[in-house]
Amino acid sequence: MNPANYILLSALLFSIGAIGVLVRRNAIIVFMSVELMLNSANLAFVAFARMNGNLDGQVVAFFVMVVAAAEVVVGLAIIVTIFRTRRSASIDEPNLLKY
Amino acid sequence: MTGGEVGTGETIVFWVCGTLAVIGALGMVISRKAVHSALFIALTMINLAILYVANSAPFLGMVQIIVYTGAVMMLFLFVLMVVGVDASDSLIETIKGQRVAALLMGIGFSILLIAGLGNGLMETSSIGLETANSANGGNVEGLAMLIFTDYLIAFQVTAALLITAAMGAMILTHRERWYPRKTQRELSEERFAAGTHPGQLPPPGVYARHNAVDTPALLPDGSTSDLSVPEPLRARDDVREIDTDDIEGIRKLSSGSSTTDEGDR
Repeated sequence: MNPANYILLSALLFSIGAIGVLVRRNAIIVFMSVELMLNSANLAFVAFARMNGNLDGQVVAFFVMVVAAAEVVVGLAIIVTIFRTRRSASIDEPNLLKY
Repeated sequence: MTGGEVGTGETIVFWVCGTLAVIGALGMVISRKAVHSALFIALTMINLAILYVANSAPFLGMVQIIVYTGAVMMLFLFVLMVVGVDASDSLIETIKGQRVAALLMGIGFSILLIAGLGNGLMETSSIGLETANSANGGNVEGLAMLIFTDYLIAFQVTAALLITAAMGAMILTHRERWYPRKTQRELSEERFAAGTHPGQLPPPGVYARHNAVDTPALLPDGSTSDLSVPEPLRARDDVREIDTDDIEGIRKLSSGSSTTDEGDR
């Protein structure tokens, strides 16, 4: 088996995450799909680091994890705030900026 | 830790964990309830952690388990608890045909991506991380060497980012109190002004000879009080009938004669 299979797995997971973002309407599930896409990118970074014999890819994956953790905190706080004012977690509901 | 080439053991690990990760991802997108989605993506993340370890990244594997499955997914479940577990998707499409179009686009995207990557990558060889990992005495030491030398500025910026994120979350979820807090006096006055019974409801079984919750309380005139039986029991028609023998026994007891046929109960 070639280590490139990890890259293919990461591409598959990224596509599933993208489909999740586009198809689902619940803000929290959309958020989980974004997390899945970030994770698949991390898998690609780790696999590339191994293929190139260089630890830089792992460092970048580590930074991606830190940024993802910060993003989750702020994003979930925004979801909770919107839910408090609109009583809904659907991403179709907050449409006031449209007008 | 394996080198550049993938051995048989790692091949098995890849297929098992990769399959489970894909199953978790698909389950996350498909399942109707948000809690199931959260559990499915936790499965995906654990399997990804195993794949990291297989890719000579033991530190990232541990961080993945601690940060993602430990902290981030628990945060997701916590927010699900606040937002409401039963907040399910509406099936009404805001844009017509958006769901089908998104599905087609996603499938096309994945075919394009996988075909392109597969074409480009199948000929590549892999160097492996053995020399890079052993240069500083291990994977963690190697990562630390890079983070605290080449990536020092980025590392410091992430510290600022984490503090900002924590501040942002606190500010976003902070709720202003629009009205002063009600005092006990105001609460009490409100309760009496409503005009309903201000006290608690009569407990079940009072003056009756059982203290089970389905026994209604006996009123002084011999009838029963519907209010004393909990609402769900009344709705299910599970209220116990009053035993007339019991009432007779009570009457005898209260009229002074001590010999009743059920006096020992």
